[in-house]
Amino acid sequence: MGKYTIRRLLTAIPTILVISFIIFAVVDLSPSDPTGNLPLTIPPEVRQKIREALGADDPFAVKYVKWLQQFFIAEPLNFIETTLGITFPGSEDRVRVISWATRGPVIDIIAERLPQTLWVVGSSYFLGVLIAVPVGVYSAYRQYSIFDQVGTFAMMVGFSVPTFFTGLMFIVIFSVNLKWFPSVYDTTLVVTDIESLQQQLRQMFMPVTVLTLYTTAQMSRYTRASTLDNLQQDYIRTARSKGLTERTVVMRHAVRNSLIPVVTLIALQIPGIFAGALITEQIFRVNGIGQYLIIAIQGGDLPTVQTVTFIFAVLVVIFNIVADVLYGILDPRVTYS
Amino acid sequence: MKKFTVLLIALLALASFAGIGVAQEGDTVNILFWQAASHMNPYLGNGTKEFEAAALVLEPLARYDPDGIMVPWLVDEIPTVANGGVSEDLTSITWTLSEGITWSDGSPLTAHDVKFSGDFCMHPDTGCTVLDQFANVASIDAVDDMTVTINFDVAKPFPYGPFVGYLTPIIQKAQFEGCIGAAALECQESFGPIGTGPFMVTDFRTNDVITYAANPNYRVMGQPAFDRAVFKGGGDAESAARAVLETGEADYAWNLQISPAVLSAMEAAGQGTVIVGFATSVERLLLNHTNPDPALGENRSVWMADGSNGHPFLQVDAVWQAMSMAIDREVIAGQLYGAGGVATCNILPGPPIYASPNNPFCGPDIDAANAMLDEAGIMDSDGDGVREYMGIPLRVSYQTSTNAVRQNTQALIKQWWSEIGVETELRNIDAAVFFGGDIASPDTYSKFFTDIEMYTNGSSGTDPETYMSGWRSDQITHPDNSWNGNNVVRWYNEDYDALLDQMAVTAVLEDRASLAIQMNDMLVQTGAIIPLVYRGSVSAHHNSVNGVAMNAWDSELWNVAEWTRS
Repeated sequence: MGKYTIRRLLTAIPTILVISFIIFAVVDLSPSDPTGNLPLTIPPEVRQKIREALGADDPFAVKYVKWLQQFFIAEPLNFIETTLGITFPGSEDRVRVISWATRGPVIDIIAERLPQTLWVVGSSYFLGVLIAVPVGVYSAYRQYSIFDQVGTFAMMVGFSVPTFFTGLMFIVIFSVNLKWFPSVYDTTLVVTDIESLQQQLRQMFMPVTVLTLYTTAQMSRYTRASTLDNLQQDYIRTARSKGLTERTVVMRHAVRNSLIPVVTLIALQIPGIFAGALITEQIFRVNGIGQYLIIAIQGGDLPTVQTVTFIFAVLVVIFNIVADVLYGILDPRVTYS
Repeated sequence: MKKFTVLLIALLALASFAGIGVAQEGDTVNILFWQAASHMNPYLGNGTKEFEAAALVLEPLARYDPDGIMVPWLVDEIPTVANGGVSEDLTSITWTLSEGITWSDGSPLTAHDVKFSGDFCMHPDTGCTVLDQFANVASIDAVDDMTVTINFDVAKPFPYGPFVGYLTPIIQKAQFEGCIGAAALECQESFGPIGTGPFMVTDFRTNDVITYAANPNYRVMGQPAFDRAVFKGGGDAESAARAVLETGEADYAWNLQISPAVLSAMEAAGQGTVIVGFATSVERLLLNHTNPDPALGENRSVWMADGSNGHPFLQVDAVWQAMSMAIDREVIAGQLYGAGGVATCNILPGPPIYASPNNPFCGPDIDAANAMLDEAGIMDSDGDGVREYMGIPLRVSYQTSTNAVRQNTQALIKQWWSEIGVETELRNIDAAVFFGGDIASPDTYSKFFTDIEMYTNGSSGTDPETYMSGWRSDQITHPDNSWNGNNVVRWYNEDYDALLDQMAVTAVLEDRASLAIQMNDMLVQTGAIIPLVYRGSVSAHHNSVNGVAMNAWDSELWNVAEWTRS
């Protein structure tokens, strides 16, 4: 198992490099222009000067090598320096990945935004799994019962109604009419006492609920299908005929096995937490990583788009490996030796 | 596991009901911009958001008031030729700073800071976005600590480009010295400039939120009335309007370009007030003065000095006049723009002294338009509902950027034109492509490969000289200048060029105004462009905030120091 993991990690390196090249090529070849969104009153000569100052007109290869150097050498060195408090020689001349729009290091902005994205998207994901698994299992166990019918209906609604609609509905109901929850998320809020914790939970309520609805819908359908499959297997009949209690049959035998694919699904979706929730972040002004990526794409901010999408890509590759390894651990039939 | 879920939900519910309603601290002013500021350096600004975020902190030497009139800000008086501040030959202007103005860190504001601000922008490697404000500046000299002279390399009848208005405020030399030139690319100081204004930055989060505290060294006692200001970005215009007008979570929301019906319904809730400021933005139709026929190949839409590649019919007076007259501008302005637009027949509708009084009426009168075409002999001879001019049917292609209001405008105009026998083919193009500079794309506004196109533009300040020189003949877009230029309609008029030359040596405001009016009349009376709607900027403030004075000529937050809470 250890050998397998190491082999997978090593083969991931060329994959990641190829991905970085493809992302860079796609972003660079797109016709977006970092000066494209500037007001019409700015003359073309000034635009040209801005592009030159940013290095936007450099040849493709130069820009790519620069980015590689900044991302794989300068950024890690800088990270070591700031965490350990030491200074390497040449520290002042080192150029980090700099955003064209904000003129600040991209990594710092990501770090600044990660907390709100993790709070909102992460907790909705966590809640979603907590609700989805029991609902899915029970729906499968009592297939075609009232609970299953109602659950299926609710989940179909959660799955098919887009978040921008539920988000607006929530704002109209809970902010405008009832005035229970704020519609503007305060990212500067620091939780220090009970009162600020309440405020944090209050402002998280609407975005988290909207996202949880969606995650729960998806996850519980999956759990239900997987549990249904297992409940019809021969070993369940064997377990019952042995005289085991219904509780043991379902919880020990059926659910355990049914959750193997669900765990894989959960692992594969974890990178999505870091990617944020584009629309929900926008509606509630959570201003996390998703919103940052959107602004960067609109503004033709190549270093930012490249860095953020590349980090997603790395996370996807890593969690794919994690999912495969987990599979091996959970399912004794799967061996990697 | 289920127990835990129940517990969590209960906790959430408990927390949310425990303290109902959002506590409004009486001493914080909450400003909502649905586009978030990336940094606070106006010289590197990407758009209004950066300039406005900086306007609470940084100040120029003089500002414009809501009527477009200059008011001294960090100086005691505006330099003019009459008071000796502007040289007789119009090549230099000398500003004298007011006594006793300090930065928020307590150090004095000096002429060296002013000089540095200009040098910062004019450094070739800075990539300054407001460089055109410093057009023709040869040098800036700090004569002494309080006096700064700006020298121009030509006679500059309107020398108020640099350091007047929110685009070019004064930044502190001591703070930004290390950021000039190429170093501006990664200038960390841009996230917290030190300023002379009513507020100072305490926390900056890129593209998200800026927190300010009142500047203890602000020159006016008792101002600002607020202890804190919060400048929150992100979201969309509609929810920003809702946060001010319906939920009262914010005190001020910027740029609320949303459906007039929705906005007025929100305002009816009685929590806030919608405010509008008009500058010079005009939504206009541009009539192609060259032939955009694809069959011409390389010569498509290419202007020829001998006038040989002109448009087959759009320059015929009866045709464009009838097309202009068929349009009901009141309907477009009222139904689609609401408070944010009024019908106009001028291409330069403001400031008031520059607005031409000579074009009071330009439609709608469909019958008169039809009569005009009949009289000119432009008839529908084959009975297909489309008139022909010299055998060419009046079929036009009409492009604009993708935007709900613009597509509705297109649909209305297409209908009106069909009533006068002009057939219209509509196109809309993504804004990033339409306004982009991609030389390979046939769909840019500057190539203008259709008969008619529509967008908004306006003068960037109160003085219209730069704006009006956009129709000079040397500004005609052409393959030779990579389609770069402002004369997108490719209109050629020697008399107009002569008026511009005259304006370049005229310093007296009234004379400049009369020249601008003549130019405006020439443009709209010869069919270079058809103005449609005079567009204002729409914002809203909560009714508990007093003293908001909407300003379209300067920062909307220009007088934030005077805002109070009732």
